[in-house]
Amino acid sequence: MTESNDFVQIRHAQKSFGTLEVLKDISLNVARGQIVAIIGPSGSGKSTLLRAINDLDALTGGEVWLDGVQVNKKLPHRQYEKHINEMRQQIGMVFQHFNLFPHMTARENVTMAPKMLKGLTAEEADALAEEQLDKVGMLERIDYYPSQLSGGQKQRVAIARALAMKPKLMLFDEATSALDPELVGEVNQVMKKLAEEHMTMIIVTHEMDFAASVCDRVLFMDQGVVVEEGPPEQVFGNPQKDRTRAFLRKELDETE
Amino acid sequence: MGLDFTVIPKYLDVVLLGCLWTIAITVAAALVSFFGGILLAVVALYAPAVIRLPFRAFEFVFMGTPLLLQLFLIYFGLVQIGIDLPAFVAGVIGLGLHFAVYNSELIQTAILAVDRGQMEAARTLGLSRTQALRKVVVPQAVRAVIPPIGNNMIALLKDSALVSVIGVSELTLSAQRAIGATYRPFEFYLLAAAFYYVINLGMEWVQRRIERRIAISR
Ligand SMILES: Nc1ncnc2c1ncn2[C@@H]1O[C@H](COP(=O)(O)OP(=O)(O)OP(=O)(O)O)[C@@H](O)[C@H]1O
Ligand SMILES: [Mg+2]
Repeated sequence: MTESNDFVQIRHAQKSFGTLEVLKDISLNVARGQIVAIIGPSGSGKSTLLRAINDLDALTGGEVWLDGVQVNKKLPHRQYEKHINEMRQQIGMVFQHFNLFPHMTARENVTMAPKMLKGLTAEEADALAEEQLDKVGMLERIDYYPSQLSGGQKQRVAIARALAMKPKLMLFDEATSALDPELVGEVNQVMKKLAEEHMTMIIVTHEMDFAASVCDRVLFMDQGVVVEEGPPEQVFGNPQKDRTRAFLRKELDETE
Repeated sequence: MGLDFTVIPKYLDVVLLGCLWTIAITVAAALVSFFGGILLAVVALYAPAVIRLPFRAFEFVFMGTPLLLQLFLIYFGLVQIGIDLPAFVAGVIGLGLHFAVYNSELIQTAILAVDRGQMEAARTLGLSRTQALRKVVVPQAVRAVIPPIGNNMIALLKDSALVSVIGVSELTLSAQRAIGATYRPFEFYLLAAAFYYVINLGMEWVQRRIERRIAISR
């Protein structure tokens, strides 16, 4: 356990794809239970930053820490694989396109990893699936395959799948961007519920209203740097930087 | 001498027994080719070079030489180095490995076509790459290629006639034996053809059932 103030730490994160520098010295601390929104124009590096946290995209420089343990610690390959698999169990991730396993039912999607990695018995796994799918309002569809679910329902199952590993941190990468507008609400509601339960979350989103109502802090990224950050009232209500203002104005125009 | 189908009943049991052998060898070889195909595909895509290259050489031999020759090699050739296989087993291995190579090609392509997000989602949950392949990627790839694998299995059924040359009393050889006793080639070859056709229909029926069952989980 560490000081709650630095539950998640990103220290001088730097990432290049070849000669393209996508993250330029980004630092970020997230307290336990805090909810941070990351906003910014397309290509600004939001996804890359999020994916660096669980090492899906390895940083080219800098460190990521979770609860006092360095996620991207330098280790020989074999040891690193073991270490990162353990770290990833503690970091839930939700994708824009759900990435549910199509050959498994909702139940199997939720129980596969806990059974495999935590050695749950069949009964324990079933209880876990029921608990997690109930939480996201998908208990009635527990034995449905993804092909039988709507986008919003798929995303809720995907959230239940991540929660079933009992993560310390949840990452959301535009969890509602691929949904029909009328299905966005049900997913947002699940995320709000997690917020009420004080789940630590980092949320990349295009939904300014949602960010304003749920998040403790908003980060505006552009071209690989954090341009501005603060409580939502400040970033949305009284942005300090021209680039932030320009971005917010454009977003507002688009949603009107 | 015209056609006389009345000779058939007397030898029907012989031909029917051959039919059963053909079914047995086809099913056994199909299983070898299916699981062997998965293994070969995973090795080709992910194994280190020390393992991959010998497998590649093996595939090259099985792709580039006649199945008949492969059967001779396994049945008659291996005896010289002390491996004396029963004809049925030699036939299953020869047919199975031959078609495993073809299935592997299909499965490799399908593995590469599985959406990258699937591997990512599995890794994000904490699965190792091997675990993710086994539980997430390969099962999806295999589902995607059930129809073309089914076609390979029909080809396998037809090629199973080749194991008659190493003395497995399957359908073709049984028909030949009946012909040897009756001098009625047309009647018995026609009968054998009818049986192959029926087995073929049965296989297509099984394939359709499998496809229908997995349709929902794709
Ligand atoms: N695997 C990759 N290889 C090369 N370039 C990449 C790769 N992934 C991302 N990039 C580039 O990095 C930059 C940042 O991408 P990223 O996906 O992080 O942006 P984003 O802020 O999430 O954008 P969006 O809002 O469109 O999702 C982009 O210019 C993108 O083209
Ligand atoms: Mg993105």
